Amino acid sequence: MNIVVLVKQVPDTWAERKLNEGDKTLDRASVDVVMNEIDEYAVEEALRIKEAQGGEVTILTMGPERAVETIRKALSMGADKAVHLSDEALKGSDAVQTSYALGKVLETLEYDLVIVGSEATDSRMATMGALLSERLGQPQLTGARKVTAEGGTVTIERQTDDGYAVVEASTPAIISVMEKINEPRYPSFKGIMAAKSKPLTTLSVGDAGVDEGQVGLAAAPSQVVEFSNKPPRQAGQIVKDEGDGGTKIAEYLASQKFV
Amino acid sequence: MTLDTRLTDEQQQLRKTVEEFAREVVAPASYHHDRTKTFPYEVVKQMGEMGLFGLPFPEEYGGMGGDVFALCLALEELGRADQSVAITLEAACSLGAMPVYRFGTEEQKRTWLPQLTSGQALGAFGLTEPGAGSDAGGTRTTARLEDGEWVINGNKAFITNSGTDITRLVTVTAVTGETPAGKKEISSILVPVPTPGFTAEPPYDKVGWHASDTHPLSFDDVRVPQQNLLGERGRGYANFLEILDEGRIAIAALSVGAAQGCVDESVKYAKEREAFGRPIGQHQAVAFKIARMEARAHVARTAYYDAAAKMLAGLPFKKEASIAKLVGGEAAMDNARDATQVHGGYGYMNEYLVSRHYRDSKILEVGEGTTEVQLMLIARDLGL
Repeated sequence: MNIVVLVKQVPDTWAERKLNEGDKTLDRASVDVVMNEIDEYAVEEALRIKEAQGGEVTILTMGPERAVETIRKALSMGADKAVHLSDEALKGSDAVQTSYALGKVLETLEYDLVIVGSEATDSRMATMGALLSERLGQPQLTGARKVTAEGGTVTIERQTDDGYAVVEASTPAIISVMEKINEPRYPSFKGIMAAKSKPLTTLSVGDAGVDEGQVGLAAAPSQVVEFSNKPPRQAGQIVKDEGDGGTKIAEYLASQKFV
Repeated sequence: MTLDTRLTDEQQQLRKTVEEFAREVVAPASYHHDRTKTFPYEVVKQMGEMGLFGLPFPEEYGGMGGDVFALCLALEELGRADQSVAITLEAACSLGAMPVYRFGTEEQKRTWLPQLTSGQALGAFGLTEPGAGSDAGGTRTTARLEDGEWVINGNKAFITNSGTDITRLVTVTAVTGETPAGKKEISSILVPVPTPGFTAEPPYDKVGWHASDTHPLSFDDVRVPQQNLLGERGRGYANFLEILDEGRIAIAALSVGAAQGCVDESVKYAKEREAFGRPIGQHQAVAFKIARMEARAHVARTAYYDAAAKMLAGLPFKKEASIAKLVGGEAAMDNARDATQVHGGYGYMNEYLVSRHYRDSKILEVGEGTTEVQLMLIARDLGL
């Protein structure tokens, strides 16, 4: 089973994240960057399917030159090869444009499954699986907490508020996974050394057949118009327990409409 | 001469991977194991799965095909978060598996290395005795040949990884005769665990390194086959000294981790904690203290990088290893003391990482050759 995993490089979740004052895009330069956390689960799931059934795992990333670090991590975990779509023209692309560009690359790859993380910690759109499904005309199975792929069929357990639903589709299909699905491995040193010699193809928009006029900030269908920092945390309210602490907590929760 | 101390991409990635592992897996369990003085089996198991125990060994023996410097980078990152976990790895590699790899016969390597490099089993090295450390002449443990077997009697002290549930090997130095010059002939012998007559006595009640496994050992007519001799007869101590030089660099790396961990915690705390209307880091008395801590960690790191570079290049590195061990241990202890001071009363509370570094770091000025032994070796190198 051949699998493509979409991996995104994002600012470190623990670091303070900022938008650029000028074009209101995410400041990626001044912060530490990491692999989007849920994408690690996507890579892990692909590797487990590959280890059980054979096939190849390809990493696909769109991002600046620096995103190579993240691609290498995925390769050191055990993926076989990678495609890196990297071009100045892509800067500022929103989710819709990104799905267009990634879709163009996916059209050139042979796969049974595309696995994506359910959302990225930077933009938190959580739409890539659905957008690609539409672009490629392939079924989407989102919010997977378990994946079973056999022959030409893929089945997932889709997490819902009060349980799960079993969803099935024929391959090729697009799956988005959530954190519950597995526990990602740490790369071994052997994996890190092996990653160096694994094939990594870098594509410009031209190479990928992406129309430059349709991507980038200027052409983006959605724009960030305004932003402000989140307000500083307010001092909490301290209630002294004089035998009625429980009642006061219940009253507070009721006043906030939690209960 | 090359003057490039930047890490390669692979080294950086290894460092980052272990840093993540230390933050996500090691650190959350540290306080528990420190408080209960228990060995972190579940953490060690995961370290084995990552291949950390195989870092400096070739793939044919189950290793990762890295080198001692790769091990050092891992030790530094683990040492930042938890010295007990770091010393468990250090001792397992440098003292447990390395002597077998360096001096073992092909058969001994095939028997022992795969289980040691995978972390499924731990090996220990018994050199120190109640009355002898860096002074080989004081060795009292004996091994005599009888019917094709070594019969070992004696005691060892402060032996790391010697009494865990997964300890499978203890290599001991023992007096096996007398040299023509009338000195003690010391050899190394492999003792599988368990073997009748071998006992790991109850663990020590230590000041720090609570999650590291340390025992006195007793050997009471312990019999092992003659072919368990490790390396040449009579070369037991000399061989071990060679390994100890490398081990010093590894301990230096662990020490740098401890020193850096103290800096990290102090910077974080000094930005959050306020006194006299501003974060304490904006008071020079605190800021300068932390700046000096950073300088110590940096200097000590440079020292161990340099010693490791010389060693890997096949150049003499004994003096550099001693210097790295010396400044590393001192940086760890000095930084731990300063970091607890920065943390004020909280720094004296066991649940704060800096208090653990304070208790743990003292041994870095003592173990694997005291500060004084390092000074002696450096002075000797200067012809004094």
